[in-house]
Amino acid sequence: MDTRGMRSYLYWLYCQFELITCSYLMEPWEKVLFYTFNAAMLLALLYTAYAFLPGHLGAALQSVLQLWGGQQDSQPLPLL
Amino acid sequence: MEGPERTAAALGTQPRVNGCSGAAHGALRNGYVRGIPASDTQINHIMHNGGLYKRPFNEAFEETPMLVAVLTYVGYGVLTLFGYLRDFMRQWKIEKCQNATEREEQKDFVPLYQDFENFYNRNLYMRIRDSWNRPICSVPGAKVDMMERVSHDYNWTFTYTGRVIKDIINMGSYNYLGFAQKSGTCQEAAAKVLSQYGAGVCSSRQEMGNLDKHEELEKLVARFLGVESAMAYGMGFATNSMNIPALVGKGCLILSDELNHASLVLGARLSGATIRIFKHNNMQSLEKLLKDAIVHGQPRTRRPWKKILILVEGIYSMEGSIVRLPEVIALKKKYKSYLYLDEAHSIGALGPSGRGVVDYFGLNPEDVDVMMGTFTKSFGAAGGYIGGFKELIDYLRTYSHSAVYATSLSPPVVEQIITSMKCIMGEDGTTVG
Repeated sequence: MDTRGMRSYLYWLYCQFELITCSYLMEPWEKVLFYTFNAAMLLALLYTAYAFLPGHLGAALQSVLQLWGGQQDSQPLPLL
Repeated sequence: MEGPERTAAALGTQPRVNGCSGAAHGALRNGYVRGIPASDTQINHIMHNGGLYKRPFNEAFEETPMLVAVLTYVGYGVLTLFGYLRDFMRQWKIEKCQNATEREEQKDFVPLYQDFENFYNRNLYMRIRDSWNRPICSVPGAKVDMMERVSHDYNWTFTYTGRVIKDIINMGSYNYLGFAQKSGTCQEAAAKVLSQYGAGVCSSRQEMGNLDKHEELEKLVARFLGVESAMAYGMGFATNSMNIPALVGKGCLILSDELNHASLVLGARLSGATIRIFKHNNMQSLEKLLKDAIVHGQPRTRRPWKKILILVEGIYSMEGSIVRLPEVIALKKKYKSYLYLDEAHSIGALGPSGRGVVDYFGLNPEDVDVMMGTFTKSFGAAGGYIGGFKELIDYLRTYSHSAVYATSLSPPVVEQIITSMKCIMGEDGTTVG
């Protein structure tokens, strides 16, 4: 019984997604094209996040710490 | 009593007297109306005492939530992109082009069909057009029967399966008071007149089409509205578009509301007068235009305008807002202009005795110079009327395009109007009206 309710809820969510992105109105081959494009963009985004985000965040943190440390030379650095 | 609350954009942040809090969450969250201060800055000095309105007049229109607006535009963007793709495919013959194009031999001539302009029509409207223009096959009462249709090529063509879907709840007709029925007093009276007079008049009003039924109808309409005289025409749209050119011409000024109906716009443009638009139901905008018109006169010659006509509607069909008639009449009197009130949707529907928006505000019908309305909506018939002073209507009988060239109302339709109007006035002896 719970799976029935869950499935209909998921179907309702899928319908909402289709209506909002207007893929409800598209012919099947257009939908395939649209979903493929979106999925490809999402995968590219995720890959970029996975590959570059740690490096960028680390560099940003380092520069912030240097700024902080430069200001507070008289005081000892707080333990993180 | 406190002056009635009104803001230019009809949105405030305080809860309303009539109980609907126009400031839904969306209105505050997207910040659209946060900048509007108290109503004092926008109340015109004529209305401070609130004496124009006998009852509080509050209208609140819900503001669209920001998320919904943004997502709508996102959807439009996606469909536009796909529209470009499909147009590209149609251009390069990858896909068959199904809308109208010229023949191959005529491709070098001046184009008959503007391909680019129909972009939204081809790519967006075609996808969803099965929701509109669905043929019904019964009286448009509370429930209708609809013919079933399917489309096998994504709404470019439709085929009827032959079945009829029965008892669909009708939320779309103009049958406001339910006078469109296939049984009842209206129908019996109309059937009797049909057997007496026939269905067609076969003449224009001025030639041989003036029946005694028309005279009876016009006297009744004049009595219903509380004016001296009235004239009825065969088509509501034609009433507006053919009579405004008869009333104003070049050298006159028309001040028309932003959201006026196409018939008013067409009539105004056909007349050749100068047209200026004021913001929807915004009396400050109207007053500013009136002041400018009187101070500056006609554009180049600076002569005074021959006539200034204000075009408003009783209820605006798309917005549902009621015109601020007391203020419009006060402005009209102050600046000595004329008022043309189109009561297509409000006649029979507003007011304690159903006499329209003039009755709703408790005003004098003689203040409105030209009262126009249609019989299509509340009376369940077809056609339009214009009511006003006797000199005006006599002038229109001679000079209106519709009187000279258009066929007059069909007798059974006239009888339907007479019966339904008498029912609303309470003169038919029953208490239905």
